[in-house]
Amino acid sequence: MNPRTIEYFIYLGNVVIAILIGLALGALIIWMGGYDPIEAYIGLFETSFNLQDPYYISSTLSYATPIILTGLTFAISARAGIFNIGAEGQLYMGALGAVLIAAINPPPLIALPLALITGLLMGALWGLIAGLFRALRNVNEVVVTIMLNWIAFWIVEYARTYGLGDPRRQEKTISMPPSARLPLLVKGTELSTAFIIAILVAILIYFVMWRSKIGYYIRVLGAGVKSAKYAGINPTKTTLYVFIIGGALSGLAGALEICGRPPTYAITTGASNIAGFGFTGISVSLLGLNHPLLIIPAAIIIGGLTAGARGMQIRAKVPLEMVMAVQGLIIIALSVPGLTFLYRRWKIKKALRGGEHA
Amino acid sequence: MPELDLLGSILFYTSWAMMPILLAALGEILTERSGVVNIGLEGIMLISALFAVYVADKTLNPWLGVLTAIAVGALIGAIHGFIAVYLKGNQIISGLGINTFAMGFVAYSIEVFWGVRGYYTPRPEAKVPRIPGLGVSPLFLVTLGVAVLLYFYLYRTHSGLRLRACGENPEAADVVGVNVELTQFIATVIGGALTGLAGASLSIDWLASITKQLPAGRGFIALALVNFANWNPLYALLGSFIFGFLWTASEYMKNISSIVQVIPMPLINTIPYIATLMVVAGVIGKSKPPRSVGTPYRRELD
Repeated sequence: MNPRTIEYFIYLGNVVIAILIGLALGALIIWMGGYDPIEAYIGLFETSFNLQDPYYISSTLSYATPIILTGLTFAISARAGIFNIGAEGQLYMGALGAVLIAAINPPPLIALPLALITGLLMGALWGLIAGLFRALRNVNEVVVTIMLNWIAFWIVEYARTYGLGDPRRQEKTISMPPSARLPLLVKGTELSTAFIIAILVAILIYFVMWRSKIGYYIRVLGAGVKSAKYAGINPTKTTLYVFIIGGALSGLAGALEICGRPPTYAITTGASNIAGFGFTGISVSLLGLNHPLLIIPAAIIIGGLTAGARGMQIRAKVPLEMVMAVQGLIIIALSVPGLTFLYRRWKIKKALRGGEHA
Repeated sequence: MPELDLLGSILFYTSWAMMPILLAALGEILTERSGVVNIGLEGIMLISALFAVYVADKTLNPWLGVLTAIAVGALIGAIHGFIAVYLKGNQIISGLGINTFAMGFVAYSIEVFWGVRGYYTPRPEAKVPRIPGLGVSPLFLVTLGVAVLLYFYLYRTHSGLRLRACGENPEAADVVGVNVELTQFIATVIGGALTGLAGASLSIDWLASITKQLPAGRGFIALALVNFANWNPLYALLGSFIFGFLWTASEYMKNISSIVQVIPMPLINTIPYIATLMVVAGVIGKSKPPRSVGTPYRRELD
């Protein structure tokens, strides 16, 4: 095997180990909380990766949809050496963009594309604002994006209470008209064509990152600002691209969520039906080694955790937020690439031994 | 405090609002000065706040709650420090993991501890008492003391100089005999402990409740404050006053009907975040982080 393939397998080994550590520590916390971890995980997996009932797997794929896109947001930035953790707010703005279109009630034929494009653009705008702070004022992007997440949250709450609220039901915004809803892939589930769109976008981003000039600029920037400058690349502009593209992806995720998920097709109080997809994208991206195509299986794994949380709660009474804690543990475990470390050490030792023999 | 005038009462509440932000920022200044970055402040605050409420509410002794929060903060700091310093892991990713874990873990634990969903308010006896006469929290005076002490430690003691050397030029520090790894590890543990205290100041002193969103971005505002303060504890004290004042003022505005009619309530809530962005963007160009912050120090090829 060539060394690149070996390194890749070792990376995947790190991921598998991190997932196992996360699940094991999660089991410990579940047990300390007075619940049965085995029952909990049975409940989790029989309602997420249960192939006998299409409902559960559909649910898993439907939850994978937005986090493929928010995962891409983080991945693109990480490839540039930037930590855009603003997918959450960018997704809120995208969802708001879709609802804005519902409010103006456009002709049925263009309602759906208009809603998706508006969402995408609002997300891109929200990303751009973060990018400007980072690129022009050199403000730590982690701080900027979190501040913008909170601002976006309150703007959405403002829109729901003033103007875009459903006059009959206080707890949500107006819903997308039927003409602006995405068709379901499986009847009676929450899985819509949004999933296909997300997959296609992930493939598109793969080509952007490895077959286009912008993708090349982004990857060179990731190798260091100095090397980017040396290669004649403008770091300021490239940083802005990273945030605009990333924002657009998460904005699209928000719009797809609103146009694609039954039954509400609206934003509910406290953004409760769209909250968390942005942060979960970070886990997805890290699990997918910040690679656009590996993000798809990673999103399906994490989407399964989200989908199965309720099953876990019903079967073992474990509060469903536990799956978020497990995600956090997986990320912490991923911060130490143990196998890579051991492999490098082994290679160096081998090289040294080879030197002695020669 | 009805006898206070408007400005007086805003200043009074500012003393509360500054506490969590300043304590976390001071912890982070110490950590980053040693060369380690910890963006998990929000998560450490949140988990410590949870355990502070749990212990204070069980024992009805707020001081035990405070100590628990410090210990929990130190423990998470130690985990992060171990990953960052000894395992040479990615410090940003570890911090992100801490924040994600905290959100899930605290929501889960609120239900495990009290059988309620989302929200718990401790009994009044579990709250840290105010200083008689002054009316402020004793933790506020502790916070001010920590700021001044930390400044003297970093700039006026030999040990502080060695710690800063680890963040600026670890090779040089190593050559003159500083144990770089141990220094960084201890700094991260103490930084976590201070952030834990910040959590207690939120959950059993100021806001006196626990939700999964309790810090509401304050951990990240503390990170902004570290930049704003140019990694100097005394500037952080000044900056936390500005941030705390803005936070209090925006809360205050919600009670004034003439303002609420012009700026709707949800938008008033954005003020602390917008203000943080503006203040930090205005100053940041001039601040300079410790040179080797965030990169693990490796003594030799291993």
